[in-house]
Amino acid sequence: MTSKPVFMSFSKGDIINLIVMMGIGLAVIPLVVQSDYWYSSILIPWLCLSLAAVGQQIVMGYAGQLALGAAGFMAAGAFALFNLELRLPYIPFPVNLMLSGLVAAAFGVLFGLPSLRVRGIYLMVATLASQFFIIWMIDKFGWFKNYDTSGIITAQDIVIFGKPFTSPLEMYLVVLVVVTVLTILAINMTRGSPGRNWMAVRDMDIAAESMGISLLRTKLQAFAISAFFCGVAGALFAFTYLKSMEPVAFDIKLSFRILFMVILGGLGTISGAFIGAAFILLFPVVLNTLGNEVFHGMVDATIISSIELVVFGVLIIVFMIYEPLGMAKLWENLTQKFRVSSAPKTKAQLGRKQET
Amino acid sequence: MQERNFPIGAPILEVKNISLSFGGVKAITDSSFSVLQHEVRAIIGPNGAGKSSMLNCINGIYKPQEGQIKFKGEVLEKNNPNLIAQKGLSRTFQNLALFKRMSVLDNILVGRKLHMTANFLQVAFQTPQAREEERVNRERCEEIVEFLEIEDIKDTPVGKLPYGLQKKVELGRALATEADILLLDEPMAGMNVEEKREMCRFILKVNDELGTTMVLIEHDMGVVMDISDNVVVLDYGKIIADGPPEEVRVNQEVIDAYLGVAHD
Amino acid sequence: MTEILFFIEVVVAGLLAGTMYSLVALGFVLIYKASSTFNFAQGAMVFFAVLSFVGFMELGLPFVLAFFVTILLMGVVGFFTERLVLQPLMNESEDTVLMATIGLGFVLEGLAQAAWGVEVRRLDLGIGDFPIPWIIESTGLFISALDLTAGLVAATMIIGLALLFKYTKMGLGLRAVADDPGAASSIGIPLPSIMLMVWTAAGVVALVAGMMWGARAGVQFALVDLALKALPVLIIGGFSSIPGAIVGGLIIGASEKVLEVYVGPFFGGGIEVWAPFVLAIFFLLWRPEGLFGEKIIRRV
Repeated sequence: MTSKPVFMSFSKGDIINLIVMMGIGLAVIPLVVQSDYWYSSILIPWLCLSLAAVGQQIVMGYAGQLALGAAGFMAAGAFALFNLELRLPYIPFPVNLMLSGLVAAAFGVLFGLPSLRVRGIYLMVATLASQFFIIWMIDKFGWFKNYDTSGIITAQDIVIFGKPFTSPLEMYLVVLVVVTVLTILAINMTRGSPGRNWMAVRDMDIAAESMGISLLRTKLQAFAISAFFCGVAGALFAFTYLKSMEPVAFDIKLSFRILFMVILGGLGTISGAFIGAAFILLFPVVLNTLGNEVFHGMVDATIISSIELVVFGVLIIVFMIYEPLGMAKLWENLTQKFRVSSAPKTKAQLGRKQET
Repeated sequence: MQERNFPIGAPILEVKNISLSFGGVKAITDSSFSVLQHEVRAIIGPNGAGKSSMLNCINGIYKPQEGQIKFKGEVLEKNNPNLIAQKGLSRTFQNLALFKRMSVLDNILVGRKLHMTANFLQVAFQTPQAREEERVNRERCEEIVEFLEIEDIKDTPVGKLPYGLQKKVELGRALATEADILLLDEPMAGMNVEEKREMCRFILKVNDELGTTMVLIEHDMGVVMDISDNVVVLDYGKIIADGPPEEVRVNQEVIDAYLGVAHD
Repeated sequence: MTEILFFIEVVVAGLLAGTMYSLVALGFVLIYKASSTFNFAQGAMVFFAVLSFVGFMELGLPFVLAFFVTILLMGVVGFFTERLVLQPLMNESEDTVLMATIGLGFVLEGLAQAAWGVEVRRLDLGIGDFPIPWIIESTGLFISALDLTAGLVAATMIIGLALLFKYTKMGLGLRAVADDPGAASSIGIPLPSIMLMVWTAAGVVALVAGMMWGARAGVQFALVDLALKALPVLIIGGFSSIPGAIVGGLIIGASEKVLEVYVGPFFGGGIEVWAPFVLAIFFLLWRPEGLFGEKIIRRV
């Protein structure tokens, strides 16, 4: 079997997939989907949270660092963008968006420092500090909120080169483009040397070090890039979904949700971030619809949200026991089965079958 | 032995009077020896003699309390494994230290880490330099895969491979570094005669073609006598003999140390 | 003089509040000692236990009966956790088990809310959260009766558990299991029943902690977040040490109050939400194994 073309990290199949997906995202969906609800309540939050989950994936799925504070970095990005737009309005929006990612990345490095000494639950506790600290800081220092005391701060309109993007469809297109570009960059990194270095540190840190990988650099790099993704995601989330600036929206519960997206979607795959985000976001919607349609509102809303917690919890346990690599792996197995049964078996596949 | 492409030269690695202890337990006591450039050097000794600890000291995982280690004439201070790797020293581990969830090829590619200089941004944006570098290094790794005759498993996650193949992959990863000196911790443990012979061939071939200095820990005396230029014998953390295999074999202290010691 | 008195008051209030963290941390330590599992669900167990207790009382059960029924329920929870979650994950990595217990936490939170509803309950233990008059008279210190009770209860439980560990057959078995489960069961120590006891004990600790917290802040979901503060306690004290959980709790309790009162005002207050975690980070940098934990030597 010949290896994949190595001229870039994307094979021909990937590029076809990408073109198809972009075609759907940029052309088919805007033509077919007319309802604003779909853009504002499903597609936009899905893309934003998927991007945050990609960030979580980088630090946790790839670099193996159990971090729990994605929402804190999202808040840092969101309020950075708010202040940049407020104080430096002459800088173009896309630049400000990237700058807010960089602000989050700086926090990522700072709170990633403990990863140099500890791992597992110890690291988790250390990263919780970032979650609580960042939210507290934004809450307590009026400057971040432009001394607004009303409690409701509206996010500025997105204006790119003079054109405002304010309708749900327009905002969806902005989010789609940003998320797609950043996801491609993430895929390139995870398939190239940075990704291999992260995974090496994850799988066997001492061996990685013996191959010349600096644990310090690699871990902090993962934290920084992860926080950058979360920061940009948080900024988009605030500006296109929440449309207001409120630190509470980025509390520990959101961090847990993003953690769940990555765990259920599948650790160590970029697609897992998107699958997991879709599931965590859509499942409650489905459950609510069921509650309304099937039981005609007879089931209490609080019961439904409790059931949601139980289902998420049970799924995590089940996946940890049966398929720690999550839904992405299930999907891969499914498609592989299909491919293997339809294509002539190659030697490599036969070999793999025997080993597993 | 026939004429070598890379004749044995001056000392490249000098271990001087090192002592290592864990808590109160002495693992290595005041030990010194030198490894010569381009040689194949074996470290032997009964179980628990301190062989692996010795390698761990050399490669910076353990910090000996006393003594110093010189590599290419330079004293290794503040030794941490990644800095030592950058100076041109690579290794394998006794209990396998592979990246289990990564494919065989990716494991070997990690070995190329020091030959890849593109930063994460260049990789993210796939600049021509990053692509070219990835291509060249992938080719190099494919060659290693071919050399080790493991083409058919190169995309398999390493964790799913049987032990013997994992040992091979680990050797491949060490080879990929193209380090000046390789430390191999029991590269042939758990292998049958056929596999051992194959492994010996790989080691000698690399030594001959690239001039890589090899330091290996091995229990199989036949193998040691066959392939090593010099042998260091450790017992209870002390060096009891150091010299060519034929000398060491008849050394009384060595015979005593091994008498009655069962080997697996 | 009043300033010193005030300082003492702050410290004492902090120490006593800290015992409440200790109680939650104690549950973590019990499970960790027995099965080397970081049971992230301990906070959810606190919520689950006390909400069930209040729920049983609402159903008309008297205090004592509700208490014992809840303990029974926690034993059942422990039994199923052991069977359905921990045993299938026996050979998995620490991180995998930890994530599964995060899942378990959500299951317990959801079940508790589905069964008993989401509204905040008052829990009246007959102990007021107000200063005790005779202490004010004799020392001038304002110390809450509830704080003092929590401190005494925590102390009693700790002594009880310590005795249990040291002097009973179960304690001996438990220590053997903690050391090497395989060897322990091969010499005839009944692993399942030991585990069940440990989980029940952790359930009792969770219930008592929940009652103390509930009496102060109401029985509500926020207890889960409060319980997160037991994590820095564990880092400071070490995951496997009962005295560590106590000392850690006291350190966190006292330092967070002192910081809040003396440093907080410069930053607009509210620093107690993150101060324990930052404190834990400094501890991690200084002593990653915790005050009472064993130093880990990694061998290659």
